[in-house]
Amino acid sequence: MWPLCFLVVLITLVCAAPAHAMHISEGILPFNWALFWSLVSIPFLALGIRKLRAAAKEDISFKPLVGLITAVVFVISCMPIPVPTAGTCSHPCGTAISAILLGPCISVVVAAVALLIQALFLSHGGLTTLGANIMSMGIMGSFSGYFVFRLLRGMRLNLGVAGFFAGIVADWVTYASTSAELASGIRGSTPFFALFWQILLSFIPTQLPLGILEGAITSGMIVLLYKKRPDLLISMRVIKAEGIKA
Amino acid sequence: MKNKKFLVLGLILLLVHCCLPLVAAAEEKWAGVDDTVVGKYAKEHGREKRVSYINTDQGDLLLFVFLLAGVLGGFTAGYSWCLLVNKKVQVSTDS
Repeated sequence: MWPLCFLVVLITLVCAAPAHAMHISEGILPFNWALFWSLVSIPFLALGIRKLRAAAKEDISFKPLVGLITAVVFVISCMPIPVPTAGTCSHPCGTAISAILLGPCISVVVAAVALLIQALFLSHGGLTTLGANIMSMGIMGSFSGYFVFRLLRGMRLNLGVAGFFAGIVADWVTYASTSAELASGIRGSTPFFALFWQILLSFIPTQLPLGILEGAITSGMIVLLYKKRPDLLISMRVIKAEGIKA
Repeated sequence: MKNKKFLVLGLILLLVHCCLPLVAAAEEKWAGVDDTVVGKYAKEHGREKRVSYINTDQGDLLLFVFLLAGVLGGFTAGYSWCLLVNKKVQVSTDS
């Protein structure tokens, strides 16, 4: 099992080639839309910061976990992965794992920090489009991943499978949101849905396999944490204490 | 057991997918979807990508910044992971 996972990761790394950003770049969205998405993101960020402070006071394990997840989201979301069948590169988002472990509101803050550093120093995304990128990757990705995970756990599916589908959905929803933001911002006189579907269909050859890879990463991380620190998953309310195998 | 089989099957399919470079059909090989999708549609509708406020996309400077970001991100993740897994695990096992 693990050699196979290792092989998949190795192949994706060996195939790595120079590539550019995948978030909405600086200047793509008109000012009014950039401002709109920024204003929409602010309440989620404020709520996330409030929850983060409260959780850090409650549990001392929370700070290293937030540090770990922020670093993981940052690295994953600026790591271009080549997709040979499409001939393009794109990246996973990592917001599913952060939403499952930290909750969707804190995950928005984690994504915002990662996106801000990328926009400032890596020419990846943009400051004017930060709100739109927080909306798609941080808010939509986190909440969709979190709710799918909760739904599947409620249906008594095991951690690995629930994490796998949460990762897939978070990734695909992120790019569907990006399509909607882009279509609404640039459409001019073109009907919204016509342009939205065009953009979404163009993302599919790249994001379909990458979503599956993101599902595998999410599932792997959840299972690893379950094996190494099950108590952490209990304190984060991901699993219940009685669900632990002795 | 059944789930494990499905997961292995899924990973094999993903592996096969990664090993099919012959069917790649993009105009520009390995361009990011920001250029092939976002940039393309934005350009068609009269919007162009602007240079970042702090422009690190100059020659190999971007590679250096990415390397630095990777090292710092990796160190932070590794350090936090060590802090987390080195703690003594105390779990009440009711079942």
